[in-house]
Amino acid sequence: MTILFVCYKQQPAVSQESENMTSKEDGQDPRLPKIASSIRVIPDFPKPGIMFQDITTLLLDTEAFKDTIDIFVERYKGKGISVVAGVEARGFIFGPPIALAIGAKFVPMRKPKKLPGKVFSEEYSLEYGTDKIEMHVGAVEPGERAIIIDDLIATGGTLSAAIRLLERVGVKIVECACVIELPELKGRDKLGETPLFILVTSDAA
Amino acid sequence: MSGNKQDEDPRINGIKTKIRVVPDFPKKGIMFQDITTVLLDPKAFKDTIDLFVERYRDKNISVVAGIEARGFIFGPPIALAIGAKFVPLRKPKKLPGETIFEEYELEYGNDRLEMHVGAVEAGDRALVVDDLIATGGTLCAAINLLERVGAEVVECACVIELPELKGRQRLKGKPLCMLVEYR
Repeated sequence: MTILFVCYKQQPAVSQESENMTSKEDGQDPRLPKIASSIRVIPDFPKPGIMFQDITTLLLDTEAFKDTIDIFVERYKGKGISVVAGVEARGFIFGPPIALAIGAKFVPMRKPKKLPGKVFSEEYSLEYGTDKIEMHVGAVEPGERAIIIDDLIATGGTLSAAIRLLERVGVKIVECACVIELPELKGRDKLGETPLFILVTSDAA
Repeated sequence: MSGNKQDEDPRINGIKTKIRVVPDFPKKGIMFQDITTVLLDPKAFKDTIDLFVERYRDKNISVVAGIEARGFIFGPPIALAIGAKFVPLRKPKKLPGETIFEEYELEYGNDRLEMHVGAVEAGDRALVVDDLIATGGTLCAAINLLERVGAEVVECACVIELPELKGRQRLKGKPLCMLVEYR
């Protein structure tokens, strides 16, 4: 599957600093500018130097939120995808509407000790130390086709752990899908063979 | 929808049978209501959302507030279908912008629920959504946050109610809509 990558110059609503991104003139979905401009950039969160990409303002714009979901649904409907896996917590916002529209199950991938039943765990690296992502045993079956959703891909640590978790139980990951990519952090490189589809790119800092 | 067996929509039983009860989670004696198994059944999940959407679509709701994290699963599909904004209500330090908070009691100690300043405006008509109502503490905190910024909380909507914990009485007089009771 080819990597389809669309990006648009993002307009920050709060910060005076300019976020520059390459813009693709031709063949660009006309819904993308509004989606990009609805994302708020918050400087120095969670720590100095980080430009945090806040999608909560996108969720306040009913048209932009609907368009975001529609773009993913148009891409994944009718492709035999039976699993939409969403990474806690912002993946829980985008994943379920997509799952419902394409007739797939929604599988939450959670931080440790949140899921009540028996789980599979996968560890991944943080800047300092490690964390784990978990999924219920029995949620997915070998041979199922899945997409993994999160709001944003930064270093790719969480998404690559989610891929490993699903692959361990025999699921084929068709694609990872995020609203935003921070390409400087090269998260895409951690995804191996799995393609990545994103709507908006932005500078990390 | 809330409690009258004779009027019960035929979809409700299908949803109820998909909820998995996990004993002794997170600690002994608690029968945990696991909705992840509902999410694995596309029809049951769709029916859950449809039941709420049918109830709220003509009520001029402008905000659906969902409580982290399982309220994030049910809230957005409802918001999208009824044309309302979705506002996440989160644990401390997760929301990046300026926030207001409301404290609520846990069994031991307190916790806080936060909302972004500016997300909700005076005059907004709001729904609060979570997967389950137990003691009602979190929902009460959510109602307080919304009312503090001048929104009108129209109703709280939960998939499951644990009626013995009397959470319904802690909702500041706001009505509760639920689909499934667990006693």
